[in-house]
Amino acid sequence: MDNVVNPIVKLEDISYKYTKDLVLEHVSLEIPKGAFLAIVGPNGSGKSTLLKLLLGLFKLQKGKIEIFGEDIRRFKDWQKVGFVSQKANSFNSGFPATVFEVVQSGLTKKIGLFKFASKEDKQKVKKALESVDMLDYQSRNIGELSGGQQQRVFIARSLVSEPELMILDEPTVGVDSKNVHQFYEMLEMLNEKLGITLILVTHDVGTVTDKVTHVACLNKKLHFHGDACEYNDLDEGELSSIYGHGVQLLNHNH
Amino acid sequence: MISGILQFEFLQNAFLTGIIIGALAPLVGVFVVVRRMSMISDALSHVALAGIAFSLLLQKSFLSLAGLNPLYIGMAFSVGGSLFIEKLRGVYKHYQELAIPIIMSGGMGLSVIFISIADGFNTDLYGYLFGSVSAVSRSDLYVILAVGIVVSLMLTLLYKELFLLSFDEEHAKASGIPYKAIHFIFIVMVALVIAASMKIIGILLVSSLMTLPVAASLRFAKGFKQMIVYSVLFGEISVVGGLFLSYNLNLAPGGTIVIIAVLILILSILFDKWKNR
Repeated sequence: MDNVVNPIVKLEDISYKYTKDLVLEHVSLEIPKGAFLAIVGPNGSGKSTLLKLLLGLFKLQKGKIEIFGEDIRRFKDWQKVGFVSQKANSFNSGFPATVFEVVQSGLTKKIGLFKFASKEDKQKVKKALESVDMLDYQSRNIGELSGGQQQRVFIARSLVSEPELMILDEPTVGVDSKNVHQFYEMLEMLNEKLGITLILVTHDVGTVTDKVTHVACLNKKLHFHGDACEYNDLDEGELSSIYGHGVQLLNHNH
Repeated sequence: MISGILQFEFLQNAFLTGIIIGALAPLVGVFVVVRRMSMISDALSHVALAGIAFSLLLQKSFLSLAGLNPLYIGMAFSVGGSLFIEKLRGVYKHYQELAIPIIMSGGMGLSVIFISIADGFNTDLYGYLFGSVSAVSRSDLYVILAVGIVVSLMLTLLYKELFLLSFDEEHAKASGIPYKAIHFIFIVMVALVIAASMKIIGILLVSSLMTLPVAASLRFAKGFKQMIVYSVLFGEISVVGGLFLSYNLNLAPGGTIVIIAVLILILSILFDKWKNR
């Protein structure tokens, strides 16, 4: 990954602080098109801050971010970027919206201000629901579904605008362990079959390393960045230095 | 009563205005409720009261202003209050709900001062507090109709953006839509609807017409559009039924409208329980 040609995302020397202590220190990272990258790290390692910078939600203090070859400060083409948050945790399950309405809301930016969804847009919604195997649930209220099903709906909401890059923030929080594996398999399918570049921010190191293509370990600084096999070869001492305490990597072989 | 509506202009005004706000208040209320901003309507109605009191004071103090329609000043205060709320939410980022009691007590404080300076008002103020069947003039009706057209047009055109902002604010921000401008337009729409509704339902009860029909439809609506339809339907039943009772029993319409809305809410809770037993 050192000599990436035309990376889809390029971070150059990013530093960020909320008060006086830096939460990100000189982070540089290049993510090639078609990668499935897991950004892992302990609590307070700056993962969420990095993600918010990548989504343009926080203003850059130091360094530079390029998305699709364009400086993030000038980047306007946000429909190319899908975002899936920790919905199962923060989601208001009493919200009276059907699965179809939720997925259609993913087209809001693409349809444009003062315009209405066309028949073609509605077909796109159905196609996105089909690709996450949730078409049968389109008329159900979102709150009636399980955590895993809800998260599939949120993936469909991102897919509907046909993004080239999808950013996922701890998407398996609140999803029961039985469905986590299926969820990652679905992400793998999106990456391999639809060619979507995925950036996954997660704690769930053991489960993801057999699914992702690349791993970046963040603990304020970028301690490791390479392909998943290299990460799996790291010994306990190297992992402990990243996490700041003893770590043993357990691979889930489902 | 039907013959009364055909015969008397004030009844026509009251019923036509009632039909407009019966749809408009729940329509805006759907977004207010799902965004957990129900208290904002209470705060803005108290600011509108300050506007009304100020306008009545001006009328009393200056003969040349006797023709001034308090609806305009009430609207201006309500919209001004909405802008202050937004400003305060920005100042207290971690305690955004503080903006509501600040604006509410500020509005009430101003109202009390204006009423004291005027040494009390006549029945006009009573009408504004609890609603009145006879107080709606033809020019009020036209102003409220204009507000109705503007608000429904804006809500229709910005429906998908408002839905996204209500359902998932974080996603709305990340998607790149102009969420600040949309939120701002929405708050101004809420302020306008509150001011437009107060002649019929009264300042103290206006927030109930925004929340009760929505609370009732939340019990069983499938999807967001269905919730809008049920909310508007319940709003219309409450207003038309409330005005009918008000006229026949000589009661303030604010009370009768709210009581019908509460009855609909109780019935919808019972229906929901019965359905899910």
